[in-house]
Amino acid sequence: MDISAVALIASLIVAATPILLAAIGELVVEKAGVLNLGVEGMMIIGAVVGFIAAVNTQSAFVGFVAGALAGGALSFLFAILTQYLLSNQVASGLALTLFGLGLAALLGHGYTGIKPPASPKMEFFGLSELPVLGPTVFHHDLMVYFSITLVAGVWAFLKFTRAGLVLRAVGENHDAAHALGYKVVRIRVAAILFGGACAGLGGAYLSLIRVPQWTEGMTAGAGWIALAIVVFASWKPWRIILGAYLFGGVTILQLNLQAIGVDIPVSYLSMAPYLVTIVVLVIMSADRARASLNAPASLGRIFHASN
Amino acid sequence: MSLISLQNLTKTYPGVIANDAVSFDIDHAEIHALLGENGAGKSTLVKMIYGLVKPDSGTITFQDKPFAPREPRAARKAGVAMVFQHFSLFEALSVAENIALGMEKPPKPAILSDQIREVSVKYGLTLDPERLVGDLSVGERQRVEIIRCLLQEPKLFIMDEPTSVLTPQEVQTLFETLRRLRDEGTSILYISHKLEEIKQLCQRATVLRGGKVVATCTPSAETAKSMAEMMVGTKLTTPQKIKPEFGQPLLRVQNLSVKSADPFGTSLVDINFTLRAGEIMGIAGVAGNGQDELMLALSGEIRTPPASVQIEGGFVGQLGPAKRRQRGLLSAPEERLGHAAAPDMTLTENVLLSAYHRQNLGRRGFIDFARAQIFAQGVIKRFDVRTPSAENSAKSLSGGNLQKFVVGREVMQNPRVFVVNQPTWGVDAAAAAAIRQSLLELAMAGAGVLVISQDLDELMEVSHSFAVLSEGRLSPPRDAEGITVEEIGLLMGGAEIA
Amino acid sequence: MIKLIPRNQPSKSMIALTPLIAVLLTMLVGGALFVALGKDPFAAIRMIFWDPLFGEHAFYYRGQILIKAAPLIIIALGLSFGFRAGIWNIGAEGQFIMGAICGGAVGLAAYPSDSWLLYPAMVLAGALGGMLWGLIPAFLKIRFNANEILVSLMLVYVAVNFLSGMVTGPLRNPDGFNFPESRAFQSFSAAHNPEIWAGTGIHIGVLVMLGLVVGCYVMLTRHIFGFNIRLAGQAPRAARFAGISPNRMIMICLGLSGALAGMAGLFEVTGPAGKLSTTFPLGYGFTAIIVAFLGRLHPVGIFLAGLLLAVTYVGGDIIQSQLSLPKASIQVFQGMLLFFLLAVDVLVMYRIQLLQRRVR
Repeated sequence: MDISAVALIASLIVAATPILLAAIGELVVEKAGVLNLGVEGMMIIGAVVGFIAAVNTQSAFVGFVAGALAGGALSFLFAILTQYLLSNQVASGLALTLFGLGLAALLGHGYTGIKPPASPKMEFFGLSELPVLGPTVFHHDLMVYFSITLVAGVWAFLKFTRAGLVLRAVGENHDAAHALGYKVVRIRVAAILFGGACAGLGGAYLSLIRVPQWTEGMTAGAGWIALAIVVFASWKPWRIILGAYLFGGVTILQLNLQAIGVDIPVSYLSMAPYLVTIVVLVIMSADRARASLNAPASLGRIFHASN
Repeated sequence: MSLISLQNLTKTYPGVIANDAVSFDIDHAEIHALLGENGAGKSTLVKMIYGLVKPDSGTITFQDKPFAPREPRAARKAGVAMVFQHFSLFEALSVAENIALGMEKPPKPAILSDQIREVSVKYGLTLDPERLVGDLSVGERQRVEIIRCLLQEPKLFIMDEPTSVLTPQEVQTLFETLRRLRDEGTSILYISHKLEEIKQLCQRATVLRGGKVVATCTPSAETAKSMAEMMVGTKLTTPQKIKPEFGQPLLRVQNLSVKSADPFGTSLVDINFTLRAGEIMGIAGVAGNGQDELMLALSGEIRTPPASVQIEGGFVGQLGPAKRRQRGLLSAPEERLGHAAAPDMTLTENVLLSAYHRQNLGRRGFIDFARAQIFAQGVIKRFDVRTPSAENSAKSLSGGNLQKFVVGREVMQNPRVFVVNQPTWGVDAAAAAAIRQSLLELAMAGAGVLVISQDLDELMEVSHSFAVLSEGRLSPPRDAEGITVEEIGLLMGGAEIA
Repeated sequence: MIKLIPRNQPSKSMIALTPLIAVLLTMLVGGALFVALGKDPFAAIRMIFWDPLFGEHAFYYRGQILIKAAPLIIIALGLSFGFRAGIWNIGAEGQFIMGAICGGAVGLAAYPSDSWLLYPAMVLAGALGGMLWGLIPAFLKIRFNANEILVSLMLVYVAVNFLSGMVTGPLRNPDGFNFPESRAFQSFSAAHNPEIWAGTGIHIGVLVMLGLVVGCYVMLTRHIFGFNIRLAGQAPRAARFAGISPNRMIMICLGLSGALAGMAGLFEVTGPAGKLSTTFPLGYGFTAIIVAFLGRLHPVGIFLAGLLLAVTYVGGDIIQSQLSLPKASIQVFQGMLLFFLLAVDVLVMYRIQLLQRRVR
């Protein structure tokens, strides 16, 4: 088997989409000044709940909706902890991940080895039949296009709408936003729920399309990579796509190298996505001044109105 | 009829009555001063008018109607605008975005930018709507706040200590803007403790002390001294400054340049000065001109080339704070809570921050808590720090008491060189006088003292020599005697004095 | 309406009470979960919390508790210093694995040595391996400002893959029929970490753990190092004012937690686990995070929390076999515990005030 560039690009897009969905959600959360490290937990809950719903209704669509709802529900726990009970965001995010991984394994007990209902691929009036462009651009499932639309939507929301401006302001300086009369906590809770739903959606994509089946711990760090991609993207929506597709590319390349039997043990090839994540983090963070200019200034800080 | 009338406003916090049945009113087209010391209840009062705090009892009548704003938004809608002492600005956003955030229904960005330019020309407040607020000077940031308010065409405009961040020249520009506003029919509530300013600007003044209205007066008919006594209640003694003979150089700073790590910070450029034994040198300047960076570079929190900072001839630029303390350089940074002291730690624990080595508060790394407590109690006693015991947390102290503790902790260690930033910021008058007195005594005992401050009156009171920090550059130090406020103002604006 | 009023001093009684409240809430909600799964909640809770200590087979389980508690407590002690200082090493699992590999490799290389020096050398190599693995995120943070949370976590996955590379490659048992596992350490006593008193579960790691609890307690409460750690966590700028270098703090905290995790890994692989294999990682490095928080980042608290979590591990095994519940249900239980702890933690720094709505 050799590596065809066209097949490679088509499959890297599929590999990148779960991370893309989770990362764009987390970007909005972080823009509001909240660091939710529970992406991994929300993703896997989305994966298992989406899978269960899809299998029982035989509808992938229902699966995706259920995955998003489950991710959102889990993130609501995080919102309660950090926004109302003023818990440390790092610890709460970790709790979310540990809890999510456990709960997912419990819920998914008995669902291993089942095939989920298929998600049809889009056909664009014959465009999908084009050579090269057809399979790479015009022949994916609906969620791929949805994820890109979502990025565009987030970009437009943050750049052009008043609500987007307010959200950025809250992330930049929550005390000032509070002094101007904006509801910091309410805005942040909304952002957290959006991030949870996106992560859940990403998880559902993983179990319904990317793999597609349910296995315990199947996210294998995808949520953490999504967090790294937000840093890589310097909190800019379009760069999330770049980052996610880059990681999709590394993953697919590594899998293909395994498949054609390159003379490197599988174990070392499997490290590649994680090592690349570290390298990318290092490169993007190295310029301290620029990194601190792009990061929301209130990121991770606890807000408590003094009166 | 008056524009706004406050009747018996009362607000209590656990253990404090912030406002006790406060009543007064403001006329149409009047600049009304609200005068009082730190902690007199000025901030709480205006927060109630602006909808940030709800009064426990009492009423407000605004434009002949009952007025009880539940949030700032409601207050703004009714025509009340406010510029805070600490700006509500977003550094990473543009001027226009910042202004849009403060408006209820902002127009489209392009139109808003035009409006900003228009208003800024009309009131003499130059401002480019597209710049990032983080890149602006403190004075320019205040303009953003003011324009944000003016675009709402307020009936009542509240300003909380607006001149504390301005050069004397900028103050005059601001006053002209305010007078023009008044002439157009806007009322202004002007909060300050600077008496000369109030005499210059305001028609009437209400004086608060301990949460109560103690007097209402016409500032032009009063002297600064008489108003000060209304404000403080007791007569104050100013510390005595005797000009001593200076000894040998203790601290020498040579070609000190520091690039700020903060993207919106100020870099220091080629700073030179020498501080001698027995000398108090004042460093003036408007906030954000490199004071923080200078403080960090002297205390050792920022390292520099060895020769750029010298203590008694020894190079220490490369050393950290602990090593510099051993050489006799102690410091007290501006921010009491979080920088000079750890808020949640007890006072005993807080003395370990700077006194562990110098006062032998431990052996082989094992802390001697008994000795630390004795030292802390010594500071509390000598500096009259009001606290139940040394085992209370730093954050449980009032600002003035904590400042006395922080300065006292260093002074009690007999520094050779003492560097202090904003020694009396936000401190009541009695505590401020005590702190200044201790600085003078320290110098008289032969130490060199460097006071960085934005309070010109304070610097005039304590310093023997004088320099101005402007955009990260330090003017050559000169004798403090005979210098005028105008000269300092020019230096602060960056002008050279021949 | 409920309002939070900040306290001037953290409440001492709440510091001690909140973990208990969290455990009770977990039992309550966990019980509801068992009902939802169609099991008897009282039986399940009893099996998790009571039977390991006082049940019919407690004589066997009690030993198991110590075996499971030792690595949890050792790792959590290391993590607690960093967590206090705001340095988030969440990759202890990776450092645990690397410690086991490095220390184990030294032992396997010396096979079949019977030198008494071998085991100390292995412990040292394990600690060193874990420390170096922990210093990678420290170095990247200091030199390149890279987020240590993400780097240390990524390194867990790298370590897991490295382990599988090792046990299918250089460290595979030459007499093991190509199974992906190393030679058993039991096969030569110089590299073995046996039970010292049969049936008690006490091995060298347990003794080291007890020593570390005492040592860490002294460091934290009496020594300037512990003071500096607390200071750096509570008020980073004040720490810099005091002359504590943040970079040195990062190195020390990540290096120390890595070394302890690595050491725990070595004790585990040479004792209870017996050999290196792909099933060696059990998630102790992650559960230790819960232990550290539940123990309030305090050595004595961590000791108690580690025992409690070990009880739930053993209890988890019991409900798995007796109620045929999946293994994951105990993980849910542990996650829930951390959740509730964080939720009730607010009581330490804040008072709750009930405000009556004023009638307008």
